[in-house]
Amino acid sequence: MSARARSFDLKHQTGFKTATYLCFFVLYAPILVLIFFSFNESRSVTIWTQFSLDWYAQALDNKGIQRATVTSLQVALTATIFSTVFATMSALATTRVRYFPGMTAAYATINMPLMVPEIVTAVATLTFFSLLKTQFGIHFGLGNLIIAHTVFCVPFAYMPIRARLEDMDLTLEHAAADLYATPWRVFRRVTFPRMIPGIVAGAMLAFIVSLDDVIITLLVAGPGETTLPLFILGQIRRGVTPEVNAISTILLVVSISFVTLFFLVGRRGKKNG
Amino acid sequence: MQEDKKVAIRAENVTKIFGSGDQEVRALDNVSITINQNEFFTLLGPSGCGKTTLLRLIAGFEQPNAGEIWLDDQVLTGLPPHRRPVNTVFQSYALFPHMTVGQNIAFGLEMQGKGKQEIDSTVKEMLDLVHLGGMEMRTPAQLSGGQQQRVALARALANRPKVLLLDEPLSALDLKLRKGMQIELKRLQSETGITFVFVTHDQEEALTMSDRVAVMSSGQILQIGNPSEIYEHPQQRFVADFIGETNFLEAEVVDRAARRLRLDEGGEVTLAIDFSQETGQRVTLAVRPERAQLDKPNENATLKATVSTVVYFGTDTTYHLTLDGSGKPFTVRMQNRQGARRAFSAGDPVALLLPEDAIQVLKD
Amino acid sequence: MTPAEAAEKRDLRARRLLLLPAVALILAFGVVPLFIILIYSFLEPGAYGGVKWEFSTDAYVQFLFERDLFDDTLTFTTSYLEIYWRSLSLAVITTVLSLLIGFPCAYVIATKPPTQRNIWLFLITIPFWTNLLIRTYAMLLIVRDQGIVNGFLMGIGVIDQPIVMLYTDFAVGLGLIYSYLPFMVLPIYASLEKLDFRLVEAGFDLYADRRKVLRRIVVPLAMPGIVAGSILVFIPSLGAFITPVLLGGGTELMIGNMIQLQFGSSRNWPFGSAAALILMSTVLIALTIYVRNASRIRAGQS
Repeated sequence: MSARARSFDLKHQTGFKTATYLCFFVLYAPILVLIFFSFNESRSVTIWTQFSLDWYAQALDNKGIQRATVTSLQVALTATIFSTVFATMSALATTRVRYFPGMTAAYATINMPLMVPEIVTAVATLTFFSLLKTQFGIHFGLGNLIIAHTVFCVPFAYMPIRARLEDMDLTLEHAAADLYATPWRVFRRVTFPRMIPGIVAGAMLAFIVSLDDVIITLLVAGPGETTLPLFILGQIRRGVTPEVNAISTILLVVSISFVTLFFLVGRRGKKNG
Repeated sequence: MQEDKKVAIRAENVTKIFGSGDQEVRALDNVSITINQNEFFTLLGPSGCGKTTLLRLIAGFEQPNAGEIWLDDQVLTGLPPHRRPVNTVFQSYALFPHMTVGQNIAFGLEMQGKGKQEIDSTVKEMLDLVHLGGMEMRTPAQLSGGQQQRVALARALANRPKVLLLDEPLSALDLKLRKGMQIELKRLQSETGITFVFVTHDQEEALTMSDRVAVMSSGQILQIGNPSEIYEHPQQRFVADFIGETNFLEAEVVDRAARRLRLDEGGEVTLAIDFSQETGQRVTLAVRPERAQLDKPNENATLKATVSTVVYFGTDTTYHLTLDGSGKPFTVRMQNRQGARRAFSAGDPVALLLPEDAIQVLKD
Repeated sequence: MTPAEAAEKRDLRARRLLLLPAVALILAFGVVPLFIILIYSFLEPGAYGGVKWEFSTDAYVQFLFERDLFDDTLTFTTSYLEIYWRSLSLAVITTVLSLLIGFPCAYVIATKPPTQRNIWLFLITIPFWTNLLIRTYAMLLIVRDQGIVNGFLMGIGVIDQPIVMLYTDFAVGLGLIYSYLPFMVLPIYASLEKLDFRLVEAGFDLYADRRKVLRRIVVPLAMPGIVAGSILVFIPSLGAFITPVLLGGGTELMIGNMIQLQFGSSRNWPFGSAAALILMSTVLIALTIYVRNASRIRAGQS
């Protein structure tokens, strides 16, 4: 048997192809059903009557949804900006160095939000803010939620930025310094421009993660601070409605576009080296 | 005639250590060196010898653990790279990929706050100097290796530094390009009058281009001299071995005053220059293959040997011999003045003559 | 001080300064709150939520014992243990099933030509990043009584009463697998991608049976990915919230929604804090086992 035939054979393990189809089916069927029936004129999720955009119109017109969207955007944009800036600074400090005292501790701290189950973080954050309010009178309003989001967004923004930095060797920075650029100018003219794909990827990740968050927001958000996922959750608990289908589909499309963008940016970044 | 050479770079007792504890590496061990103005100075040695580390210390990318470095009378130690009037050409060229060729060359001038007119004219001048005129708007990705290298050179020279540091800039080029660039660099150095500090592991390159060479190994400088000094009079075994090909012979000093030695194989030689070893001491001698002479076996022979292999190479022929008495190998290279006609063949017994100025006594 | 030491000091100071905002933020609002719930777990519940500042171990006692309202006696109760047991079993089953489906999937993708692989990876990644709430909602649409599955089966006449899937352990398990399957595929793929398939072909020489090759060569070499994927599925499954809320209803509680209830209608913050801490400890134990195994596996492979 030639080598080629052999490796070909190795690809075909019994049942693997079936498992793969099952895998993709499981992953996509529900989403596709949702999208499909969001365009259904009738309220049923089983019987298709006719194509209709009515539910979308109703969803977009819904005052509750509009307010929730605004809140979500406020929180997500603010959290993204802060977490991306902090993550960029942290990545600069922790990459391209063999070791410095405190590096492991810093790295562990930055990634800590990923290690703790979300429900635990949600509960801990709630109790902390409630303690601040009742014992010290400190309350930041929407800022509470924004702070909570920023905390778990930092590690998500950090990862792509760090990956990008690790790919950039220091020689270019040395060259710039050799050519009379001060450390700040080295950053502004050489390091930062080359980091941009990583920073953009990190920001997008942070944005999506903040936009999608449910459990932490559920516990930490105060009255009137309903984000889009909270609104949807409330609607679902009251019963399945086509408006929920419509708004869910919109959110899905937004997420998918972001992921696609993320992939493309990542690819372009690698090409420019 | 004796003009006092002005010193450009001076390093004194410089030590650089990397790592710590049992993983400590002494990249440079108490090294001192003086480089003169308008000199093409080469740091030569195998990888790991410390030559690049020394260059980086001069450039400022590393700081020494001990010692000082001066440029003219300005102390460089402790200064960050952007405050040293030296520029570097990197092995990987390190061109800024997100800038054009013109912007790359202009970078240093921009950082120094020069005016737009001055920058533009200098960029043009530099591009002409390295024969890349008109390529301002290209990006590094669009250039060949050789072109990138010349842009790197132009970028450094644009700032008219007092000293130009070159870190194995030709190692990535193919042979023909490399030879061409060697001539180019030599020309540039003499035209601009800038002190060049050149790092390479290629001893041929070092010998052809340099005014002076420092041979380094394991963090130390073994010998400094002009190419002929280094080649003809290596003082240590490593230097003799690293530069070109050498034959080594063991001998004992018979009479120091008369400069006479007896070789282990039996013959006696008299040297042209003095040496430090005392009578009765053992020494190692170095002889270049092209300085030894072969003859038909006769009485006056210093050494007797048998030819083991003959290698013909167009311009010359190399005879690999086995010495009588010790069985050690010895190589003799002779120019093919009479074409391909061989003087000796494998198996022939020969006599070996070592002219007295061809033998070098090694210090170690 | 030598110049080298001075330069190092400056470098260290710059790095520490850069790290300050992120580290301070996470310490203050990530780590400190964990200590707060530790403290809270030893306090008395307040009347309207919150806590009364009186020391009490009631929260921890509550896991195992029920305090009679009238005579204050403690009787052993398994209600909370059952919840933990259900969560643990569901998490384990989810992990195992995800492995059974995910490993072949990762294998198939890894053996595709490099140009195709990126597209497949992209397709696997999309569900990973879409909103978990929405995906779980989509699953709800499928398994509910008026959902797709029942509608289809009734439509073709196989059954005339809807199969009750919603609000069962089955639905929750299905939802968990659905949520975390990509977390299993991606790490295994990463491991398999690094695999030198020439080693595998060499194994073919020895075993001449592709199943044995798989078992004896591929699986051991892919072990780091398998372990990583298992951890990435197990831990979130254990602490899942959305899935049991939407698909499990009010009776089939998992740890996640049980904890949330304590901070909602049940108004027992100390108990909720204690439960959260126990969950986190379980997770940390699982992580420690992973880290220790991971270094052992890596040592064994070199």
